[in-house]
Amino acid sequence: MTVMKKLSRSEMAQRVADDILEGSYVNLGIGVPTLVANYLGDKEVFLHSENGVLGMGPSPAPGEEDDDLINAGKQHVTLLPGGAYFHHADSFSMMRGGHIDIAVLGAFQVSVSGDLANWHTGAEGSIPAVGGAMDLATGARQVFVMMDHLTKTGESKLVPQCTYPLTGIGCVTRIYTDLAILDVTAQGLKVREIVADISFEDLQTLSGVPLIR
Amino acid sequence: MINKTFESVAAALDGIADGSVIMVGGFGTAGMPSQLVDGVIASGARDLTIISNNAGNGEIGLAALLKAGRVAKVICSFPRQSDSYVFDELYLAGKVQLEVVPQGNLAERIRAAGSGIGAFYSPTGYGTLLAEGKETRVIDGRNYVLEMPLHADVALIKAEKGDRWGNLTYRKAARNFGPIMAMAAKTTIAQVNRIVELGELDPENIVTPGIFVQRVVAVPLAPISNANVN
Repeated sequence: MTVMKKLSRSEMAQRVADDILEGSYVNLGIGVPTLVANYLGDKEVFLHSENGVLGMGPSPAPGEEDDDLINAGKQHVTLLPGGAYFHHADSFSMMRGGHIDIAVLGAFQVSVSGDLANWHTGAEGSIPAVGGAMDLATGARQVFVMMDHLTKTGESKLVPQCTYPLTGIGCVTRIYTDLAILDVTAQGLKVREIVADISFEDLQTLSGVPLIR
Repeated sequence: MINKTFESVAAALDGIADGSVIMVGGFGTAGMPSQLVDGVIASGARDLTIISNNAGNGEIGLAALLKAGRVAKVICSFPRQSDSYVFDELYLAGKVQLEVVPQGNLAERIRAAGSGIGAFYSPTGYGTLLAEGKETRVIDGRNYVLEMPLHADVALIKAEKGDRWGNLTYRKAARNFGPIMAMAAKTTIAQVNRIVELGELDPENIVTPGIFVQRVVAVPLAPISNANVN
C-alpha cells in the first residue's frame, strides 16, 4: 500500500490561519491549535487566553520569561502593545457572551451534527478535568476543530454520535484534518476541500460517516 | 484609624476553622498565594473544602496542603496537570472528593456569590456529564443549565500592591481569580508583594476596592520554593 500524502500539523495550522480574518478575536486551545499563532503573518488578530489575556504575543526570548504572564496551557507568553489583562469572570464573559469570533480546539471526536468530545475519555481511573473547553465550545461564535482525521489505530474521528463524553452539542462549525476541510451543515458534513492526495471516494470510505461533496 | 494590614501570615490567617470552605486564587502558579496556603498548613486547619482552578502543582502551595491531608474536597475546573501527582494519588485512593466545574461556570458561580445572585442559567455544559441532575431551561430557543453560586468562608488571594484599606492592584495574568474570589468570601485575605501608603494607588487603577478585602499581608516577591513548607 502506498503511503498517503497528508498535511503535517504545521500545514494544518497554516490552513486554519489562512481562514482567520484580520480583526478577529480568537482563542487557540491548548496543544496543536496553538501552532496557528505562528501562521497569522502580518494580520492583526486578537488572541485571547482564558486565564485573562487579550492581545497575546509570541513566546518570550530566553531569559525574558515572566511567571505572571502565561497562557491557558501555562506556557510563558508576551503581551502585544494594546493588549489587556482582566479577571476570570470577564474572560469567560468574552466567550460565553459571544464576543470571541473563533475558538480553535482539538478533538477526540466530532459527530455529523457538530457535537464535540474533547475533554475526557471516560476511561476507568482517568481524572476528569475540563478547564475552559465547554465554555469555548458553547460560547465562541465559530468553533474550528483541528485534528487528525483518523485515530492512531485507524478509526475515523468523525462519528455518527460521539462515544466519548460530550464537551458541547452541535457547537462545531468547521473541521480541519490532515485529509480534508469540512463544514458542519444542517444536511451533514460537507467537504470544502480534500487536502491529501486521495479521492472523495477514498475520503468517504475512511470517514465512516456520510459526506456531502 | 482603619488598618487591614497584618504583620505576619500567621496573624493574617488567625481563626480559620476546621471544615472551612476556602477559595484559593491562581491559575497554575500565577497568582497562587502560596505563602498563605503554607500558613493554612501551619495553622493546623483540616477537613477543608478548597475552591480553586487547579488542584496543586508539584508539592508546593495547594499540593502541599493536600499532601498534609487537610483537604476533604476540591471544587475546581482542571485538577489533572503534568505535576498534579499529589492530588492524583489522593483522588485515585478515594481520599479526596472532587467536583469538576467548567472554568467559566466556576468563575461565574464565584462572581454570582459575590454579587448576591441566587443562581443563574448558563449554556456551558448543557447536555454533558457535568450538567447531570441539574435543572435546565430553554430561553429564547437556547438550552441552559441552572448553576448555583459558590460562597466561601475564606478567600486567599495574591495581589501586587495593597493599602491599609484593602485596595488592591494585580500583576499581569496573575489577576485571574483574585477579584471575584475577593467578593465571594466572608473573609478575604490578600498576600501582596508590597503594602503602599493610602492614596498611593491610582484610584483609576484599583482593581479590587477595599470593601471586598478584610486582611492584607505583605509577602515580598521571592522565588517560590519548598523552604517554608512544613
